[in-house]
Amino acid sequence: MDREKPALTDERMDQIISAILRVGVGLAALVIFVGGICYLTKHGGQFPQYHTFRGQPEQLRTLPGIVGFALSSHSRGIIETGLLLLIATPIARVVFSVAAFALQRDRTYVTITLIVLSVLLCNLVGGYR
Amino acid sequence: MPIWEFTLIIWLGSLFAGLLGSLTGLGGGVVIVPLLTLGFGVDIRYAIGASLISVIATSSGAAVAYVREGFSNIRVGMLLEIATTLGATGGALLAAHVAPQSIAIIFGLVLLASVYFSVKGPSQNGTNGPPDPLAQRLRLDSRYPARDGIREYHVRRVPLGFGLMGIAGLLSGLLGIGSGALKVLAMDQAMRLPFKVSTTTSNFMIGVTAAASAGIYLNRGYIDPGLCMPTMLGVLVGSLTGARLMARARTPVLRWVFGAVILALGVEMIFNALSGRI
Repeated sequence: MDREKPALTDERMDQIISAILRVGVGLAALVIFVGGICYLTKHGGQFPQYHTFRGQPEQLRTLPGIVGFALSSHSRGIIETGLLLLIATPIARVVFSVAAFALQRDRTYVTITLIVLSVLLCNLVGGYR
Repeated sequence: MPIWEFTLIIWLGSLFAGLLGSLTGLGGGVVIVPLLTLGFGVDIRYAIGASLISVIATSSGAAVAYVREGFSNIRVGMLLEIATTLGATGGALLAAHVAPQSIAIIFGLVLLASVYFSVKGPSQNGTNGPPDPLAQRLRLDSRYPARDGIREYHVRRVPLGFGLMGIAGLLSGLLGIGSGALKVLAMDQAMRLPFKVSTTTSNFMIGVTAAASAGIYLNRGYIDPGLCMPTMLGVLVGSLTGARLMARARTPVLRWVFGAVILALGVEMIFNALSGRI
């Protein structure tokens, strides 16, 4: 056993993944909650129209658009940023897994994980219509 | 109904869905879409977007507990995520070209199927089959803490499991659900993983699968902040509460009740779609 350089065991990986998920979901829920309060104070008295589908405005469909909208303190932009954080949480876990498998020198799984990561990133920034 | 009242009711409904979903192990995601479309007349595309978001939240929230217990098999999960994410991409792309009525019918059928598998219950499969060369090459075999100590298991039929996972991903992307039941089926029945490992690994994979299609839904403008906010927060609180309660009691009665609810929702979903009300 090599004591000076403890390998990143599968069990240790599990623990770090668990921490990533907890922080990600917690942070996302907090941002969504804050945005939700702002949204309700501003728009609480209006009437929702979800019966007909119109789709979100262009701004709320892309990453830079959402962040810009949130920074100009639009409540819907803040909620959407929280939703982005939530979507980013499993992606962060995959990013960590790439690093972890690389530390384990497990080339097969580095490749497998990179494939999963590229699918996720393509879909998020792909600009699908 | 003004927005604040709408938000509050959706939050409560989602909380209840998340609670029942985690108590029964059926997942809260399957009832969110029927709840929003049948209960509140929300367009099914908005409903699917909101459901997908809540699925990511519950899966990541529940995985926190599971991962620490050391049940899930991260290699199996990562390998099969190639299939689920590609399937989910296909499902999300397909969703734009399929009529909302057809999506509603497929949704209803999936609800009926999930009740069937839930009533059937987990299989008691022997996990001591001979090692499979492909699974060994991919280092999928692992062990898990059983009641009588650590037990080793061999993973079988990788290609079949991979194919089933592709279908699970497709349904997840098309309908905005976690497809947990089908994922468990693929691992437990096809790949012969121990049931406990199948359920936790499935939960672990659901978040990544849903994130794959959520990106596309976001770009399409299906993710509405005003609707996702109460849904996500409600389901999250509900499922975390459920996970905590579950440590104390297993409730077969609740499972039957929730199964009956899902059955009714499935029938209503199909009926409404056929009669042109969705």
